[in-house]
Amino acid sequence: MNTPTTATDHGAIGAALERDLTRRRRDLVTPEGLSLPLTIASRGARAGALLLDLTILALAVLAVVLAFVALGIGFAGLAIDLVPQPAVELMIVAFIIILFLARYFYFLWFELGPRGATPGKRIVGIRVAARPGREGTGGRLTAEAVIARNLLRDVEIFLPASLLLTGGFTQGITGIATAIWLGVFVLFPFFNRDHLRAGDLVAGTWVVEAERRKLGRALSLATAPAGEYRFGAAELSVYGEHELQVLEGILRTGNEETMREVAEAICRKIGWQAGTDDARAFLAAFYAALRAHLERDLRFGRRKKNKFA
Amino acid sequence: MALPALFRRSGIAPPADVEAASLRSDRFRLERETEWRRLEAIVTALEKNRLRRISDEDLLDLPVLYRKAASSLAVARETTLDAALLAYLESLVRRAWFQVYGPRTGLTRWLRHFLASGWSRAVRAVMPEIGVALAVMLAGACVGWLLVSADVEWFYALIPPELAGERQPGADPAALRQSLSGAEDAGGLSMFAAYLFSNNAGVAILAFALGFAFGIPTLLLLAHNMALLGALLFVFAEAGLTGEFAAWLSVHGTTEITAILLAGAAGLHIGRSMAFPGNRTVLAATAQAGRRAAVIMAGVVLMMVVAGLLEAYARQLVTSAAPRAAIGGGMALFWLAYFGLGGRGKSGEP
Repeated sequence: MNTPTTATDHGAIGAALERDLTRRRRDLVTPEGLSLPLTIASRGARAGALLLDLTILALAVLAVVLAFVALGIGFAGLAIDLVPQPAVELMIVAFIIILFLARYFYFLWFELGPRGATPGKRIVGIRVAARPGREGTGGRLTAEAVIARNLLRDVEIFLPASLLLTGGFTQGITGIATAIWLGVFVLFPFFNRDHLRAGDLVAGTWVVEAERRKLGRALSLATAPAGEYRFGAAELSVYGEHELQVLEGILRTGNEETMREVAEAICRKIGWQAGTDDARAFLAAFYAALRAHLERDLRFGRRKKNKFA
Repeated sequence: MALPALFRRSGIAPPADVEAASLRSDRFRLERETEWRRLEAIVTALEKNRLRRISDEDLLDLPVLYRKAASSLAVARETTLDAALLAYLESLVRRAWFQVYGPRTGLTRWLRHFLASGWSRAVRAVMPEIGVALAVMLAGACVGWLLVSADVEWFYALIPPELAGERQPGADPAALRQSLSGAEDAGGLSMFAAYLFSNNAGVAILAFALGFAFGIPTLLLLAHNMALLGALLFVFAEAGLTGEFAAWLSVHGTTEITAILLAGAAGLHIGRSMAFPGNRTVLAATAQAGRRAAVIMAGVVLMMVVAGLLEAYARQLVTSAAPRAAIGGGMALFWLAYFGLGGRGKSGEP
């Protein structure tokens, strides 16, 4: 399904993305013996999720501070002598405890929930899961594992951050040593196949993609009336599964321009005269016919990966 | 988006006419679509933690629906080339799997089990590491003492001046005694307690987290902290206040030092499992150790709350040595009994 001009660019990028995706694919064997494919979350997705979470945390703490300030101004309005000392003290205690909870319990609380993900992770579409054992059988995500992975977060994020803010890295040899030492933690996900951070390693967890997909409509049902287009075996054996899926994507996106270009490309390839009629109807019919053809072969155990196979 | 969510309860739209489908794989899909959508609705409710919205019937059918979806996926992989359908089924089965085999214990149930037996058992399981950590801490304290007794300058090297205050070598015993006495009233104490707790818990978590590098940084941290203590002890012993200082320290110290000991031991446990995994893989050994250590650490944070409260309230309000020593000793006995006896004779996971 190549359109001449941009095809090579798209091809290169697409191939790189696909290679990356294949590298991140893992199989989990469920207790039913079914292999369940998982995709390891990319480092970018995880970094994005972390940034989102930190932003949420910062905003929440800021909101609390503002609320306290507002409360303080309210008290001051009453006349300063009337402000009960215990009330001020209570506010400060509450603030210290809120900071502590924000630092240690935000991640813990959300990752222990049924989605196994903090709000940031949910937005990005990833979740925490138990790493399968040597045989590949998946286990339960336990509370202990979530606690362990989040305790190490302290060394990985909060400690370097506070040192950065206080200029702890600029103090000569110790500063450099600390930077190297913490760098090991921060860069840990870059040095293993599963993108594990130190906390994941210690807890026996990993972070996987957890997309929620809607069931798309059945494309091959909505075909043009049979008989309008008839494709012979020779015409259908030009393409393979990869091209079928590309075509499916194009039909689902439904961009008129692309559909016309693709319809022309197909016509050229199978030696038809491209008509001026509805490109969508043609493509839908071709899709249904190609899928029927390939699926029939599939039932006989013949897979045709792509047009070169 | 909102509308389907609203109408999901009222029923799932029936699929298109099965007979009309020309492809076998489409017929396969249309015949099972209703069940998939039902499973999806249940899983979505579970994910949102809306357990009450799920009928008993649905909940009973969940395992069956999950297995059916799983087998649909297995069949679909071999028969259909509809990429969107495969992606949907994979995502559905994965989501259902996470719910069916998800964490079964709620936080409250986990906590109950943790307090009743899980914590003590985890602590007993790392006894060798506790021994090592204890030895290192004692050695650290001795070194602190010896260094300061050999050369007073060490005191200033070990303890930052703003922390030491008037507790300095050669200080007036009266001033030292004064520094041990409590505050007159309870004003500001809860603030102090909260601060202490959050600070100490941070140190303990650090001691644990550093265990990752084969435990060496943990040992250094433990030794350093105890060297401070040894140095302070020397100062007070010089002024003839050993008893008072010990009593002053023991009020919260028995709890806090035990907590730091446990945190260090938990860190060492991870370090040891990484260095000597036995006949498991390094990853498996580390994960197992990490989970056990996490149980201990949850307890350590709890102990830090207790220690913070004792430090701020009990120590400042109880001013004479004997009751202080009694409180401290009592706490030490309590922890010993708890870790020694908790959860013995019971078995099983939560």
